[in-house]
Parts: sequence; structure tokens; C-alpha cells
Amino acid sequence: MARPKIIDHNPDLAHHFESMDQQRQSSRLGMWLFLVTEILFFGGLFCAYVVYRVNHPEVFIFGHHFLDKSLGALNTVVLICSSLTMAWAVRAAQLKQRAILQLMLVLSFVLAGTFLGVKYVEYNHKWQHGLLWASRYAPDAHVLAEAGVEVTAAHAEEAVSESAGGMPAGETSPALEALPVDETGTRTPMDEVADTEISKIGPAATGPAGLATSGDLAAAEAERNAVSVDPANAKTFFSVYFLMTGLHGIHVILGMIAMLWLLKLAFQGAFDGGHYTKVDNIALYWHVVDLIWIYLFLLLYLID
Amino acid sequence: MAEGHSAVVTPMSGGASGENYLTTGKGPLSWLFTLDHKRISVMYMVCILGSFLLGGVFALLIRTELWAPGATIMSADTYNKMFTLHGAVMIFLFIIPGIPAALGNFVLPLMLGAKDVALPRLNLLSFWCWLAGATVCLVSIVVGAVDTGWTFYTPYSTTTSTAVVSMTLGAFILGFSSIFTGLNFIVTIHTMRPEGMTWFKMPLFLWSLYSTAIIQILATPVLGITLLLLIAERTLGVGIFDPALGGDPVLYQHFFWFYSHPAVYVMILPAMGIISELVSVFSGKRIFGYTMIAWCSIAIAVLSFLVWGHHLFTSGQSGLLNMIFSALTFSVAIPSAVKVFSWLATMYKGAINLAAPMLYVLSFLFLFAIGGLTGLFLGSLATDVHLHDTYFVVAHFHYVMFGGTVIAFLGGIHYWWPKMFGRMYSEFWARISAALIFVGFNLTFFTQFVMGSHGMPRRYYNYLEVFEPYHQASTVGSYILGLAFMIMAYYLLHSLVRGEKAPENPWGGATLEWATASPPIATNFEHEMVGLDPYDIDSLTFDRETGNYVRKDPGSIFSKPIGEE
Repeated sequence: MARPKIIDHNPDLAHHFESMDQQRQSSRLGMWLFLVTEILFFGGLFCAYVVYRVNHPEVFIFGHHFLDKSLGALNTVVLICSSLTMAWAVRAAQLKQRAILQLMLVLSFVLAGTFLGVKYVEYNHKWQHGLLWASRYAPDAHVLAEAGVEVTAAHAEEAVSESAGGMPAGETSPALEALPVDETGTRTPMDEVADTEISKIGPAATGPAGLATSGDLAAAEAERNAVSVDPANAKTFFSVYFLMTGLHGIHVILGMIAMLWLLKLAFQGAFDGGHYTKVDNIALYWHVVDLIWIYLFLLLYLID
Repeated sequence: MAEGHSAVVTPMSGGASGENYLTTGKGPLSWLFTLDHKRISVMYMVCILGSFLLGGVFALLIRTELWAPGATIMSADTYNKMFTLHGAVMIFLFIIPGIPAALGNFVLPLMLGAKDVALPRLNLLSFWCWLAGATVCLVSIVVGAVDTGWTFYTPYSTTTSTAVVSMTLGAFILGFSSIFTGLNFIVTIHTMRPEGMTWFKMPLFLWSLYSTAIIQILATPVLGITLLLLIAERTLGVGIFDPALGGDPVLYQHFFWFYSHPAVYVMILPAMGIISELVSVFSGKRIFGYTMIAWCSIAIAVLSFLVWGHHLFTSGQSGLLNMIFSALTFSVAIPSAVKVFSWLATMYKGAINLAAPMLYVLSFLFLFAIGGLTGLFLGSLATDVHLHDTYFVVAHFHYVMFGGTVIAFLGGIHYWWPKMFGRMYSEFWARISAALIFVGFNLTFFTQFVMGSHGMPRRYYNYLEVFEPYHQASTVGSYILGLAFMIMAYYLLHSLVRGEKAPENPWGGATLEWATASPPIATNFEHEMVGLDPYDIDSLTFDRETGNYVRKDPGSIFSKPIGEE
């Protein structure tokens, strides 16, 4: 890809490039590299999710019952539609169809706004019932109780089907025996859960002074015993939920700002010459934001 | 700073109009909003050297405290903050951006015969991110500092009462600066090479910046999310790294080193690139093993992602994993050694010119060899268990990072200084300073190898009497280093005002940056350049009258004047 020798006099050409082709290649390669960094950024988050979920599957199985699958599915459809309209916008810019380009950008913006609107409804529901990240996790008793009934019933069924084909009923794995789950003596719903759904590692040991203090642990233990329905550390599910969807939401907002910028340029006629690179780059970014949501939907809403 | 430069640096050889990039545009705003890669590089250089000074002051305070066992000049808590800040400032503010942002930014487009990097706005944004991140870090130093060690390991970082959130937020923002620089370099090298410059006709410094950039864009986002998770851990109570909440503190170490091990190659790879350029020019000889050095840069970049687990040998990682990471760690020695032998072979039967930059090359070869070989002690499992968290690790790290990266950075500064500012520095004082740095460095850190192998743990405030002589020798060494850097600051600043005017090509380099004025005009070249063999040193001849190396065939590097068709 050595520099071509043709000197281009296009007004859109920045002074340090020699041709529009070179300029286009540069900004496209730049955008692809940026998207690689985005994937790695979310990749780290997904990796943390996987590690916690493998260690504590029950936390995720419990937590996902509080997410509204139909709203999540609706949002998935909304984002996929917005990807379509963005792709269409790129095509319109290539074909110099200013009106269609503007329409598609407006539609994409509205769809992105709809996504955030639905997200607001979901967040609001969590907020009202205290289903928030760990430091503000204070679920309403009745929400928990209702869900608890539901969760318990679902798990009992699974436990039966699991024991039919898997481990003989009544026998526990060594990992399970190591857990001090039954120390309290109370029958919690966790008793009926198949061992594939129980933490693979027990609670942390009490550390020496300066590490995890025994006060913290005792408080955590007391909290767990007081609410018999949710498994230990159920709040981590909501922490992870808000962290992942929140970071994704910030990316949606940035995408909407970029769409507004494109729309302004479109109204100024910046794309009438067929130089569609900017639209193309923002569309690429938007597809990645869309793709990340699809994974979030699968990983957070559709756990069972 | 900005006005200072325009005031002291009068137009010199310059372009046809007598203007150069330093004089085109006046006032602080013309610097802060410039899109010129050369000005961005100068701003980076000033800020990065400022951070180096700050980190150096922390280092001297640490060494002074360790003069005697027990309290010497500060409390134990202050000492914890000092070594943390020394590490954090040196790593995040100085050495990671150091060579790519301050020297690479200046040299990369010039070596390509281009007018600028491919994405100049992103380049400026990178600098602003650095400024913003550095400001946040400095503010957090003032409001409470950090005492966790620069690695921010959990659970120290989740339980301490110091300003971890703001410090990690600063490092998070600095990450963007690093990503943007790397991204820009990859795009520029892909799309802006001149006619005739194929991949394997690129100067090796560009290969090293390219490999560095690959690491920057692939590893830095993972650090970003790790620091963000740490912030969430402290502010939202997320339990991913907290065992009390079912989390895993070793997961933090995995995440952290997935970035921070490749990051040490972000530090050393561009340094190796500088050495490749300098060793050829100052030996008056073509570089030996060009193709192997180029591939070894890429090999190091790839391997850098596969060895992070060697930081976790004693953290409870499985035995199998330890063995795999140990074996992979050894494999990094191969491309590194190929490079060292190529540099030695380049010097063999060369006409060696012992100018200041070459003194740094020689220092680098000695110190990097020691640093690299002691890395093998730490990479093998049995010895690492003994040496882990001792001064041996500290000494190894400093031999590679200071003896390697900083020495090469200094070599690069001395090599490109005439091109950047159009002035020659005092060669005499430069040699004195280089020699003092070599002596001071070895006195400071070789003693630490000995202490470490005798069991002196790192980061300790107090120590046994038997270590006192080693600590005192080390402290004296650090003062010699401080003196050497003061001399350097003096003669470099002095050269800006009183230095002789630099010719276009004072050293005889055949790469394209030496084919334009010193300092270059704002658009870099008067002519459109073609890529020639970057190590064809024999195509140049020394002109005694001007002290300049000129091409025997002056027309060979231009295709035509810019603007003509």
C-alpha cells in the first residue's frame, strides 16, 4: 500500500494526504483498529463475568429472574433495526441520495432513543424495588418473596430432571460437602438446587487483620441468613448487570451524538460528493454497539 | 513553555523562507491546538521529562529514607506512598508514553517522508488525554496519594483509605492517550509510506514502533476495564475481586498482568528500535540482520501476550500453568538475543564513532544484557520462589527499564536533538553525563541484585543491619544519577540558547529525517521523498566545511518538488 503518486485536488482532502483514496483507507483502518480496542475492552468485562458465573452459577440463575425478557427482546429488535437503517444510510451516502440519508439517520437516532427509553423503564423498575448494585442492594421483601417462590419451583423441577440423568439423588459432590451451606440448619431453597448451580468455591476464610475483616464476613453472613430466598452474593448479579448495560448505554449515547453530527453534516450537504467515509465509520461503530448488546442479552437475560 | 521556545530558538537553517516548525505560529494557543506532529512531540517531551523529574525526586526520597534502618527522613506510611508514586509516575506518565509519544511522534512521519501522521487530530487528542490523565493523577497525589504499590493489587487497593479511585481514573484516561498514539502509528505506517518504501525497506525504528503499537491497542483496553472494575469495586461494592463477596483477588492479578506484562514491551521495543538506528549510524556500517531484527520485533510483540502468568508463580496458580508460563517466558529470550547479537555484529569491524549517542548504545548493550539474563532467573520456577518480591526483582526491572529503555531514550534524545531544535549540545558534557549515568546506575542497582539474592524483600521500610552497606552504596549511586541528570538538563537547555547551529545531517544517518532542514519546516519536506535503503550509510559523504553529511547523489531521495505534477 505504498503511497499513490496521483495528486488529488478535492477540497475534502486534508493537506497531508496525497489522494482521497489514501485518506479513506487511513480513516477506515483507524476505525477498525478502534473497534478492536472496543471488543477487547468489553472482552475483559465478559471474562470477569465468565469467571464469576462459573464460580457462582446460582447467583446468575437467581438474578436473571428479575430481568424482563420481553423488554430485553424488544430492545434487541430495536437495535437490529437501527443497524439496518445505519447500513441503509451508508448506501444512501454512497449513492448521493441526500434525502434518504437524512431520513435513515433520523430513523437510526429515533431507534437508538427508543432503546434508551426501554432501558429507562427497566432501570426504573429495578430502582423502585431496590434491585441495585451491591452497595445499594436493598430488595423489597415482597419482590424477593414472589421471585423466590418462582425460583424455588423452577429449581425443584430442574433438580428432579438433573438427578434423573446425572448424579444420583441424595449424593453430593465433594465440592458441595465442603460448603458450609447447611450450617444454619434452615432449609433454604438452595437445598433443592442441583449442584451444577451451586458455588464452586466456598465463602472466603476470615483473614488476618488488614485483609478481609471478620466484621465484614459476619455482616455478610447475617445478611444472608436474614433473607432466606436469595443466595449469598446475589447482589453481584445486579452489580454486573448495571456495569455491563451501563457501559453499553454510554456507548449508545456516544453513537447518538455521532449520528446527530452526521445529520448536521448531511444537512450541510457534506456527503453530496459521495465521500461517505464518515457515515461508513460511524455505521461500523454502531454495528459493534449492536453486536455487544446481543451478547449482553444472551448473557444476562437468557440464562436458563 | 511555548513562548519560551519561540523566544530562544531563532530561525536557523530552516526552509527556503527561514521559517521552521518552531517559529510557524506564535503563542501558547498555537501550541495547544496544533496539529503538527513535531509540536505535539515537543509538548509531549516537555511533559514527559517533567514527569521523569517528579518520579526521580520520589526515587531519591526513597533512597534517602533507606540510608539507615528504621525511620530516617519519613514515616512508614509516607514511605509506602513514595514507592507507589515513584512506580505509578514513572510507569504511567513517563516510560509508557516516553519513546513513542515524545520521539516516535517526531521521527515517524519524517522517516516516512510524510507531512504528518495519518490522523493529526487524534494525535492532538492523545496529548490532551495525557494532560487530563496526568492532571487527575497529580491531583490525587495531592489529595491523598496511594500506598498500594503501582500494581494496585486487591485487596490492598480495595481496603486502603488513600486516593485509589482518582489515581486509577487518571491511569484509565492515560490509557486512551496510549491507544490513540498506537492506533495512529499503525495507520500511518500502513497508508503513508512513500514510493519505493516497501515493508522491508522501512527503518527498524518504524518496525519497533509498529510492534509497540500492536501491543498498545490490544493490551491497553484490558487495563482500562480492569481499572474501571477496580473503581466499581470501591465505589459500587461490586465483588468481582473481593473474596468476602465471592470474588477472586488473583483474577485481578491476571487482568492486571495481561496488560502490564505486554506493557513492559511497550517500553522496551521502541528502545530496541532506537538502538538499531544508532548502532548502524555510529558504526558507519549497514545494520546486520535487518530482516531478523524486524521479525523479532513482531515476535516479541506476539510472545508478550503469552507470558503474563510468570508474575503469579507464587500467587496460587496451578503447577501446570506455572510450567507453561515459565517455558513461554524463556522463549522471549530468543528474539531478544537475536537482536543483541545483530547489534554486536553491526559494530564488528565498524568505524565506531564514540559520540554521546553511541555511549548510550554501549551502555544499553551491557545493561540490557544483564537485565535480560537475570530475567531468566526469575522465569525459572525454583529460583523465582526464592527471589520473588526481593530486591533482585527490583534490580532486574530497573536494569531492563532504566538500563534498557531510559538509556535508549537518552540516546535517542541526543541523536535527534539537533534535528528537533536545530542546535548542537556540548559533546564534552554529554559524554561526562553518559559516563556518570553508567557508573551511578550500576552502583544503585547492582547492589540491589546482591541484596535481593541475600533475601532483602522489596518495598520494606525497615531492614536488618547486615543490608546497611548495600543500601548505602545504592543510595550513593542514586545521588550520582541525580547529579548526572542535572548536568544533562543544564547542557541541553544551554544548547537551546547558545548551542552551535546544527547541520541537516550531523551524524551521517541515511534515513529520511536527515534529508530535511534542522529543525524541519512545518510541512517537513520541500520535496516529495522516495524511500531508499535506510542503512545505505555509504551513500553519504562528510563535508568538512559545514560539518554535515551530504548525499553523493543529492537528487536520489526526491521524486519532485511538492506541488509540481
